[in-house]
Amino acid sequence: MSRELFKFKGGVHPPEHKTESNARPIHAAPLPRKLVIPLRQHIGNPAKPLVNVGDRVLKGQMIGEADGTISAAVHASSSGIVTAIDLQPVPHISGLPDLCISIETDGRDEWIEHGPLDYRTLAPADLRIRLRDLGLAGLGGAVFPSAVKLDPGATQHCPTLIINGGECEPWITCDDVLMRTRADEILQGVAIMRHLLGSTEILVGIEDNKPEAVAAMHAAAARMDFAVEIVVVPARYPGGGAKQMIQVLTGREVPSGKLSTDIGIQVFNVGTAYALARAVHHGEPLISRLVTVTGHVLRPQNFEVLIGTPMHTLITLAGDRDGTTGVLMGGPMMGMPMPNLDVPVVKATNCILVQSAELFPPLPKALPCIRCTRCADACPAELQPQELFRFAKAADFGRAQEYHLFDCIECGCCSYVCPSHIPLVDFYRYAKGEIWTREKDKRAADLARERHAFRQFRQEREKKEKAEKLAAKAQAKRAELAAAPDAAAPSEADAKKALIAAALARAQAKKAGTVPKNTDHLSPGTQQEIEEIEARRAKIRELAHQPLESEEKP
Amino acid sequence: MPSPFIIDRSSVTQVMAWVLAALLPGIAVYVWVFGPGILVTLSLATVTALAAEAAMLKARSYPAQPFLTDLSAVVTAWLLALSLPALAPWWLIVTGTLFAIVVAKHLYGGLGQNIFNPAMVGYAVLIVSFPVQMTQWAGPLELTAAPLTLAQSASVIFGGDVSKATLDAVTMATPLDSLRTGLLQQHTVDEIMTQPVFGHYGGIGFEWLATAFLLGGLVLWALRIISWQVPLAFLAGIWLTAGFLHFFDAGRFGAPWFHLFAPSVMLGAFFIATDPVSGATTPRGKLIFGLGAGFLTIVIRTWGGYPDGVAFAILLMNLCVPLIDQYTQPRIYGGAKKAKAPPA
Repeated sequence: MSRELFKFKGGVHPPEHKTESNARPIHAAPLPRKLVIPLRQHIGNPAKPLVNVGDRVLKGQMIGEADGTISAAVHASSSGIVTAIDLQPVPHISGLPDLCISIETDGRDEWIEHGPLDYRTLAPADLRIRLRDLGLAGLGGAVFPSAVKLDPGATQHCPTLIINGGECEPWITCDDVLMRTRADEILQGVAIMRHLLGSTEILVGIEDNKPEAVAAMHAAAARMDFAVEIVVVPARYPGGGAKQMIQVLTGREVPSGKLSTDIGIQVFNVGTAYALARAVHHGEPLISRLVTVTGHVLRPQNFEVLIGTPMHTLITLAGDRDGTTGVLMGGPMMGMPMPNLDVPVVKATNCILVQSAELFPPLPKALPCIRCTRCADACPAELQPQELFRFAKAADFGRAQEYHLFDCIECGCCSYVCPSHIPLVDFYRYAKGEIWTREKDKRAADLARERHAFRQFRQEREKKEKAEKLAAKAQAKRAELAAAPDAAAPSEADAKKALIAAALARAQAKKAGTVPKNTDHLSPGTQQEIEEIEARRAKIRELAHQPLESEEKP
Repeated sequence: MPSPFIIDRSSVTQVMAWVLAALLPGIAVYVWVFGPGILVTLSLATVTALAAEAAMLKARSYPAQPFLTDLSAVVTAWLLALSLPALAPWWLIVTGTLFAIVVAKHLYGGLGQNIFNPAMVGYAVLIVSFPVQMTQWAGPLELTAAPLTLAQSASVIFGGDVSKATLDAVTMATPLDSLRTGLLQQHTVDEIMTQPVFGHYGGIGFEWLATAFLLGGLVLWALRIISWQVPLAFLAGIWLTAGFLHFFDAGRFGAPWFHLFAPSVMLGAFFIATDPVSGATTPRGKLIFGLGAGFLTIVIRTWGGYPDGVAFAILLMNLCVPLIDQYTQPRIYGGAKKAKAPPA
């Protein structure tokens, strides 16, 4: 069990604050009166609603179906009546509301019919579709649809499978507690992953501040019929980041701009493995997860929470206290502040961290950068944060990109160590946002320019064609006139006059043709046809206005 | 307010305070070797720097808090004071400090914006403008007949009624000056080194001061306030360049240890070249910066017009920092094995 470990560069070791919440047993949060289930809980396209207001839904019923490959379904977490499908506040960094399905629960918690899947006999592609329809997404925080990650692609196998039990963020203990109490099911999930990915080497990385979890996983590993190596890694933030975990366990780096599967490694969070086992062995969709509620509360602990439960109910359960200054979803290094506490727990909610002035004193005023390069020493992506800061501040986004802005993982180590207390990550987020916006604008402009060029080309072509047609017609007319026997020797002027007269007559005929056509009293068939044409036109106009909707998420 | 929501409790003030603390052993040895006059110089420079800082902050509409208390002006003042001759006249101290704070720091944009090390700009201005006063050093007490008390020192600094005889009794050429003058008079290095001003490695007393600065610098390195690259490369640059010359003609070029154990070199290596604002930031860049400054120091000492070259060498390397940084960008995580310099 002694495996050579490697080091990742940089990193910090903030106070861990794990013991506050990891000692108490898991408590099942009670069924709330109302569930709010966002249709966008994963990376990729949001789910498409399958129910209508007033429908009765059962626990585990799919209420939103996956839209495309990179998407996942969402389900009713309990039985009840759909009361609304509308925009609701959601836990998202933008602070903008998103489309959600609200369910008034009936207290009966009545399951839809469900049962285990035989993953060994199902074709892998079919199994992946089932997993997508069971709503599986990575529970480590990124919520990437798991079915996509379980596709080994053309090579048919991914040699190394890493199960991430790092949990390096301070305060959060849901993975720790999960490993302590549900190690067998985690490894049952790993068995399914191994089956789908064809992996031969399976490593579980756990930071050394979780000895109980390590012991439980060791014991469970001994009970499995396949080899799993439980590896204890030094606790250092962001050691639980996928790239850092890969580096520590294998000594390999994921090349910039590539995926870990390009070097034959796939990484899943322990929570995802557990959810996968529940999905396959019990047919349960992802409708609940463990959530750490900690910080400024009376009883910090982990709850088993139904997706869609409002956050304030959990804080009340853990014992809210006076002097609360804010609430974060996630940890103090990468978490995001919640706009209000009515927002629901979603698949990405690993922790609800309640802030107080003592635990989270306001950050001091920022001073100018003194280029001390502590940030560079702390950066796990091995960037030069002080230079990125300089370029971002000067809005020199081109240089920022040359200095690898997009390799920044926003872990916050630079901001953490900065003696000038500069919110560096903020500047990088701003620069990234600006660059995305500009790229989008540029692509839209390019598209518009292309369209304009094509329009001009088309108009030119039509003009030319028209001119040719006219010339041909005139030629024919002239020939006709010349051939007329009564006009013995028509002068040039006469021919021209005749041409003009003919043209006038044609124009008049055309005018008569276009003036008041009766559009009333049409037959229903024609009317419908017209409407369809109008609808198509409107759709085209709409598309023209937002040509890049599908490309919003880079 | 977005993430992260916690920070390490370090601060610019803390960094500056450590730099000042690391100078204390040097200051103590200074007092022991040259007498208490340096305390007057340090105090005067500090008061001048803080007053200039406050005035410039006000003129630039910056809040006094936290800028005045970040101690960066005090660091500049101390570094300049320690570079000046002991018993330098008050107006020399005030002029140098004012130039450092007002011109080299604030006119370039204040904390974090100065291209050049402010203390070294102040020093350079003084040595160019007042070469006589800047080379009139008080000799080590060991060689002085009647050492001055604190009051007498203050009196000398403030231009009080001190007889020229008293002053002549305490001032003498520095070891570097002696070497320079001796070489100009066609003496060999060995002959010059027999003069009483020379000690084991460097000048008598001066070598102890250099050692004290070295110790303070090692503390800063142990605390990771400075990186190892700059001091090591700077000392290596001095040692290699001086050693190369000495190897070829020991009669005309001073020994590398003599060059290394000058107080200005140790102060420069650990406290001035390591100034993050005006120095290189990349690991390889720091090595180039240090080596270049060490090399230039010996070149200026040997062939330049001034006895010491640390200040000019560092200022010249300050000038090269943007170029050095640009072409020494390190490889990033997951980047190509050989880091490519980003195009300009």
